Amino acid sequence: MAAAASFAGLRSLCVMKQNGVNVASDFLLHLTGSGTRGGMVLVSCDDPGALSSGNEGESRHFARLMEIPLLEPADFQEAKELTRWAFDLSERIRNVVMVRSVTRMSHASGNVVLGRLPEGTATAAFRCDGPVSDPDCGPVISTPVVAKHRLQQEKLRKAATLFEKSPFNRYEGPKNPELLIIASSACTLYSREAVSILHAGKRAGILKLGTTWPVPPKLLKKHLLSAKKILIVEEVIPFLEEQVKILAAEHANDVGIKEWYGKNDGTLPMAGELNPDLLVAAIGRILGIDPPEVSEAYRDKLRALTAAVPKREQTFCPGCPHRASFWSIREALQRDHRGGFVCGDIGCYAMASLFPAAGFHTSKTLHSMGSGTGIASGFGKLGPFGMEQPVLAVCGDSTFYHAAIPALINAVHQRADITFIALDNSGTAMTGFQPHPGIDVNAMGEKTPMVDIAALCRATGAPVVTCDPFDLTKTRETLNRLLEERGVKVLILKQSCALSPEKKGKKQFHVRVDEALCRGDACGCNRLCTRIFRCPGLLWNRERKKAEIDEVICAGCGFCAAICPAGAIRKEEASA
Amino acid sequence: MTKRRLNKDPYNIVITGVGGQGNVMASRVLSNMMVHEGFRVTIGETFGMSQRGGSVMSHVRVSSKAVWSPQIPKGQADLIVALEPIEAIRVLADYGNPSVKVIVNLRPVYPVGVITGAEEYPSETVIRETVAALAAEVRFLAATDEAIRLGNPILGNIVMIGAVSGLGVLPIDRELFEKVIREGMPASRVEANLRAFAIGETAAA
Repeated sequence: MAAAASFAGLRSLCVMKQNGVNVASDFLLHLTGSGTRGGMVLVSCDDPGALSSGNEGESRHFARLMEIPLLEPADFQEAKELTRWAFDLSERIRNVVMVRSVTRMSHASGNVVLGRLPEGTATAAFRCDGPVSDPDCGPVISTPVVAKHRLQQEKLRKAATLFEKSPFNRYEGPKNPELLIIASSACTLYSREAVSILHAGKRAGILKLGTTWPVPPKLLKKHLLSAKKILIVEEVIPFLEEQVKILAAEHANDVGIKEWYGKNDGTLPMAGELNPDLLVAAIGRILGIDPPEVSEAYRDKLRALTAAVPKREQTFCPGCPHRASFWSIREALQRDHRGGFVCGDIGCYAMASLFPAAGFHTSKTLHSMGSGTGIASGFGKLGPFGMEQPVLAVCGDSTFYHAAIPALINAVHQRADITFIALDNSGTAMTGFQPHPGIDVNAMGEKTPMVDIAALCRATGAPVVTCDPFDLTKTRETLNRLLEERGVKVLILKQSCALSPEKKGKKQFHVRVDEALCRGDACGCNRLCTRIFRCPGLLWNRERKKAEIDEVICAGCGFCAAICPAGAIRKEEASA
Repeated sequence: MTKRRLNKDPYNIVITGVGGQGNVMASRVLSNMMVHEGFRVTIGETFGMSQRGGSVMSHVRVSSKAVWSPQIPKGQADLIVALEPIEAIRVLADYGNPSVKVIVNLRPVYPVGVITGAEEYPSETVIRETVAALAAEVRFLAATDEAIRLGNPILGNIVMIGAVSGLGVLPIDRELFEKVIREGMPASRVEANLRAFAIGETAAA
């Protein structure tokens, strides 16, 4: 959509995380060959440390692969200024410009002074009546490939020239520092903090780069001349480090031999995110400065008193339909007795693969979005090799539309034996209820037709059953029946997310434990509700040795009433 | 640039709790007050999957001079605002120092390991003693109970922000709070928030 807008002369911004760039990379490799018209900016946010991702892969390397300019803001105001400049740059070189952020920048906020928005409205029109060689009116294609590739590289060289004078590359520190720190993005803030903590401002200087691919050679050469020791600070794997070292090698006669510190020599860790503390330690080591620390006595006290804090394992929210779905899957697989398992996917329900409290040990694989169904269909073809375990795939509604449909179609086409379960909670719950094709409002807030998951699945020819996951018996019985059948079977478990706007803060049921019926430790259930089911709304009262409900936490879904073998958990329809 | 001064620059605040307690809202309200007073503020947030029952932490850094990193260095918190008691201890373990001040909401949110019986939740006495031994100044509040009395447990976060004002460590007050929430909140919810703030402010003074 963003590319089309650019072809029609509009400015467009396309925003994604690192995994999004992986998915878009096929198209992007063609797009950057064809070039663009209206300014087009690709914003990618990487997740060093994988704070909310299944990998910490980087999109910076795609900028190099795609031969497009890469910009990295180092604070909040700069994020705005740099994005604005990225549009100008894109229009000057007629290609995509990538702006790369990291979680610690994008999941952070700070002061930003706004400027003026451009006046007037742009008009969209796609001019395509000229020859291939005409960037304004020709067809937008990446052929002839070699000629277009040369042109693309020319654009990149032009960007590098502009980068030499860019105000986003700045040096702060003494004229000839003992240590030159080259940093970008959030690492600039960590480096600045570390230099401040170590009071090393007279010995270390920071060259902050906002334009990180290609690095401006003249600027780098000038700064390399100024210091003997060079520390390169970046996340995650060496990218700047490699570029700067190549440059230093090419200009070895001028800049001389350096002492290099960074990722390759182990000064900074090659995996995981950085922080001010790692930088304090690294810079302290290089300059021989001991970092300030609190007294040994306080640290001893701290260690002794804080050692026994209980862990806080992540789990599904109280009232979450996924907990109910995985409970039914667990029960169905236990009754099935063939060692069946679930192939997981990306969404809140990914936690089923990560934490025992969420998936009850049912979900056993987890990779990229949509891959659960693909992996399951692979397993589902292993019957001739002796595989007898039933194979299930789960997938949320948003993930279904985005990435699971081709895998499901392929499973049907290949006659794989799988039970495909759509965990339809009517929203992109994990990331904040962004609209998806199953909802009647789109991202612009317009009313839009809903694309029906069941109808799409039926169109593949697979049998489709829909259940309410809060109906434990029906869901479990349906699952057990489907597990017996060959081929692809679809079960849609439909119940909206506990955090959805229509449910949040409203309890459908008032739930309580009838103490007369709860047999506590004497019951043969072995505390099924709190020990195995583990909804945060349930508590085990150690004094009374009975279960109870935490009124503040309980969301009132009422599902736990179905699991108690003594029938001690009672639910009553809550009055509005 | 700023009308009022900070006790320390940057002043480092950790707001901690459990997903769903309104941690992010609390850090934004507090930060907006400081921005309103002309300070530079950085908020670093733990989001994503940590929303789902995990520990959630916001780092708020206030300065009259510069933009600071979204991560507070270890051992350098000046104020810890804990919406949940054991989260106060967890944060102290990483960010504590002899001059740190701590405000604790005493209402526990039990971790899964405690619900299953695998781990034991410390008693209120142990929590009080631990925090008091590690901090220069402490306030314990029944913020969730107060908020339930106001009609919505989520207001516990605003009770805690009121307590920050009551503690007197930042240049904020009721008037500034009202100005800031009126900018970003439907008018119908302002009154309950003002009452929550006042309760916290009085309790921590």
